[in-house]
Amino acid sequence: MTLDLLLTHYNYWVVIFLMMVGFYILISRGNLIKKIVGLNVFQTSVFMLYISLGKITEGTPPILVDGYGDADVVYSNPLPHVLILTAIVVGIATTSVGLALAVRIKEAYGTLEEDEITGIEAGIEPAGEAGG
Amino acid sequence: MTAHLILSLLVPVAGSALIVLLRRNENLREAASLVTAGVLFAIVLRIYGAVSDGARPEVILAEPFPGIPIALEAEPLGVLFALIASFLWIVTTAYSIGYMRGHHEKNQTRFYFFFAFAIASVMGVAFAGNLFTLFVFYEVLSLTTFPLVTHAGTEAARRAGRVYLGILFSTSIVFQLLGIIWVYAAAGTLDFAVGGILRGNVAAGTVPVLLALFVFGIGKAAVMPFHRWLPAAMVAPTPVSALLHAVAVVKAGVFAVLKVTVYVFGIDFVAELGASNWLMWIAAATIILGSLVAFTKDNLKARLAYSTVSQLSYVVLGAMLANSLGVIGSGMHIAMHAFGKITLFFCAGAIMVGAHKSEVSQLGGLGREMPVVFAAFLIGTLSIVGLPPTGGAWSKWFLGLGSLEAGQVGLVAVLMLSSLLSLAYLMEIPLKGFFGKPAEAGHGSGHDDHGEHGHHGAPKWSVAAIVVTATACLVLFVYPEPFYRLMTMVTGP
Amino acid sequence: MAEHYPALQVVVPLLAAPLCLFVRNGRAAWGLAVLASWSALGISLVLLSRVMSSGVISYALGGWAPPIGIEYRVDIVNAWVLVIVSTIGALVAPYALTSVEREIGARRIPLFYAAYLLCLSGLLGITITGDVFNVFVFLEISSLSAYALIALGQDRRALTSAFRYLVAGSVGATFIVIGIGLLYSMTGSLNMADLAQLLPGVWESRTVKVAYGFLAVGFCLKLALFPLHLWLPNAYTYAPSPVTAFMASTATKVAVYMLLRFFLTVFGAAFSFDVMALDRVLLPLALVAIVSMSLVAIFQVNVKRLLAYSSVAQIGYMVLGLSFATVTGLTATLLHLFNHALMKGALFMAMGCVMYRIGSVRIEAMAGLGRRMPATMAAFVAGGLSLVGVPLTVGFVSKWYLILGALERGWWPVAVLVLIASLMALVYVWRVVEVAYFREFTGDERTREAPWTLLWPTWALVVLNLYFGIDAGRTAGIARQAAEVLMTGIGQ
Repeated sequence: MTLDLLLTHYNYWVVIFLMMVGFYILISRGNLIKKIVGLNVFQTSVFMLYISLGKITEGTPPILVDGYGDADVVYSNPLPHVLILTAIVVGIATTSVGLALAVRIKEAYGTLEEDEITGIEAGIEPAGEAGG
Repeated sequence: MTAHLILSLLVPVAGSALIVLLRRNENLREAASLVTAGVLFAIVLRIYGAVSDGARPEVILAEPFPGIPIALEAEPLGVLFALIASFLWIVTTAYSIGYMRGHHEKNQTRFYFFFAFAIASVMGVAFAGNLFTLFVFYEVLSLTTFPLVTHAGTEAARRAGRVYLGILFSTSIVFQLLGIIWVYAAAGTLDFAVGGILRGNVAAGTVPVLLALFVFGIGKAAVMPFHRWLPAAMVAPTPVSALLHAVAVVKAGVFAVLKVTVYVFGIDFVAELGASNWLMWIAAATIILGSLVAFTKDNLKARLAYSTVSQLSYVVLGAMLANSLGVIGSGMHIAMHAFGKITLFFCAGAIMVGAHKSEVSQLGGLGREMPVVFAAFLIGTLSIVGLPPTGGAWSKWFLGLGSLEAGQVGLVAVLMLSSLLSLAYLMEIPLKGFFGKPAEAGHGSGHDDHGEHGHHGAPKWSVAAIVVTATACLVLFVYPEPFYRLMTMVTGP
Repeated sequence: MAEHYPALQVVVPLLAAPLCLFVRNGRAAWGLAVLASWSALGISLVLLSRVMSSGVISYALGGWAPPIGIEYRVDIVNAWVLVIVSTIGALVAPYALTSVEREIGARRIPLFYAAYLLCLSGLLGITITGDVFNVFVFLEISSLSAYALIALGQDRRALTSAFRYLVAGSVGATFIVIGIGLLYSMTGSLNMADLAQLLPGVWESRTVKVAYGFLAVGFCLKLALFPLHLWLPNAYTYAPSPVTAFMASTATKVAVYMLLRFFLTVFGAAFSFDVMALDRVLLPLALVAIVSMSLVAIFQVNVKRLLAYSSVAQIGYMVLGLSFATVTGLTATLLHLFNHALMKGALFMAMGCVMYRIGSVRIEAMAGLGRRMPATMAAFVAGGLSLVGVPLTVGFVSKWYLILGALERGWWPVAVLVLIASLMALVYVWRVVEVAYFREFTGDERTREAPWTLLWPTWALVVLNLYFGIDAGRTAGIARQAAEVLMTGIGQ
């Protein structure tokens, strides 16, 4: 665990930190909105992972300027960036579905706190679930 | 001939369809039942003719797994079983007509429908061409008899049904199926073959384990401690108890044990390894314990059920002796016990319908009112005990010889003791009937209510059936030839 | 046209989905859904027969050649899974008409069919694609639509269970993306066949092993392997009936397929079993899943939940087959994918019929239904017997191969455990049967048999249950062939 390892791979440490933070929020918070936030942070860490993977030291953005195939120019890998664009879209979709559900849950239960919801559900369980 | 094999399955199925179609008219429905039974017996007779001439017709119905077909094959042991089951089906159908009407049972169409289906599965068991087919029809038989056992639809029936299906399924799924797949994994085939298919394929040490998986896994053989389903099944209407739980279902069990021992293991292989030595004693224990429990039962059907548990283990014992005399005795006992025990059940049912009596202690003096029934009971008793002049004497004789040949003198003693025991608990009934004092309360009313059926209350159709089976017990003493010949074809000269 | 079938397999339902939104009419949307799902079935059958006769089909999407472009690659393994998914899809679609009209508000019906078709195309996409990132995209398409479908359930608990599923599913999917990213960083490829060639060179790297771990957790969350199954029972219980029937028969199956595809084809059987000891990890989990979840199922009072727990147990069977690490074991897994889809589909559809008539699927509510709804309950009994594994049903076929696989490895205690678990299945099926046939009917006197529009898809599945139980030669043959392909890897 030299300082060198920390410094050269600092992007990974950032990613791991974000991931753990997101996961912790997801697990520890009872509020559904906060859970979604946690999920978002968690997913963002993966975006960072991909983006930093594609970056090559000294590389330039992969835009062809003059002529083709200049062997001296080092380009960053564009593929991970494109991929993660897709993943970001997916992440937004997930978030919006999650938020939509949260709104409906708030309408149905009058709360967004998980423990209160669990309490309500436990309360109606023995009464018979007519809706099944 | 292969067409006959397929027909032996199709005819009862078609019969059940016919029964449903004719459900509006009782007489037509029951005629359909009788005709189906008659046709089936004729078909089995034809197969018997061919097989005793040395033919071994076979046919593949389907092939669920590559290399493991559902196949039918007629061989002597199966023919013996099919003959008994199909003949007694005719008699039982006649008997049911009297019983079901006399007893005012509900849902009679459903009863006849599933009855025919059960017989189709029995034919499948009898003519199974490989171990897999045997297992399939064995399970189908459990399923088709379940609605018959729970026919009454009461709480007691539901509980009995649970025990019935629970034990039969758990033993067959956990032990038998494991055994079958094990055999397949070892031998690469499940076909029945003379001399067995296991020699050279399994280690000597695993053979006793494998054999035990089958003996206990075939729960229908009612070897203790997996016998509880049989007394439980007695909540069914008496014709079911008579044909299925004295003949078809239980015999399907012991038949399967016998068939597996002979055609999968091979009796020489079992005898060489001594693989069955301890199982013999399990069977012997069941014989004795079954008889002892029968003593304690006052309910007539329960007593007969435990007697069946005990008698079934004779067949298992014969198979476990693993010599030709034992196997002959075993096969003969399938036949002899079938005729004897069905007679006894018929009588029990006739007494129940005719005089509304179900407990042994209530039977005092009834013999004088129902002499035919009680005389038949006496004959059935003699056959079960194994006394001349009834067919039962032959099977006991061969089983005794087989035990001696196997060098098991102890088992001969077991056979003797059990005969004495069964004589004691069964003779009590005709003795009470003929010489006992009539029970005061209740008897008179039962008699008056059902006097119109004639013959002291027992329905005519039922009495006719009783006479047929009782006579058969006697005839088989002088003419056991067909069964004996079939069994010698199984064991070889 | 014919050469574009691999693309059409996904594109047809994918395009039909937005059309459902445009027509804005429940019946018309339903018509579209039926049309699209039946064409998907037709296409998958053609693909299967073509793969069987002339080998692997490789389709370059948009004309970009692999490994750069996205490849749709159909071999016998995924052709088989495609058939499973599209068969269920094609039967649930007609079934949905009546059931959805009862269980979902009229305004939302076109939305339902749109989400349904999206889910279907997502599942088909996961199965057909030969590109690992594409798997993730389709996975999210199917999952997002599944969350929406589940949330359409009548009970408000459908919402919370959909939310929980969303959280678990997103975490699982994110784990999968991490794994995929790490693989890409080691090999520079996303094409499965290409990866399979490149990965043996970097087996020793820790990154590959970490990627393997992330993928394993992600897949196990998606396929609800014990102990990552917690999202499943509620989701299945409160979803609308056709959704439950569809999800139970397809979603987890596709997750199992992903597991097999990644770990056996991409990483290679040798890496999975020899280096990562996948079999030794999965075996105990599978056994615990089978026994404990069967036990839990016995004590359920809601039949849909009972069947959901049984599903978790049955997933254990599939994973168990994989953990034998033999061709026979994998054959059992692949067969059970199909067989379990048939039986659970039939059972959940039967429950949908019950729901339609009596509005509840609690065991007590079903008292005496055997006489009121004979066809429905007979279907339930048949499906239940198949679940138990009675001969002549598909359940027996799966069990046969599973036990054969266990005995081949000499693991007879495993075989015994599997058999005991099938007895437990008998117990929980029988609880329902007893109530339905031995109790007096106490409900509404007007209760009648379910309408035939619900009954025929149910019975179609029951008939398939019996047919492939009696004639398993073809299915077992395909499964074995597929198992061999998986075990030998993609190179051969």
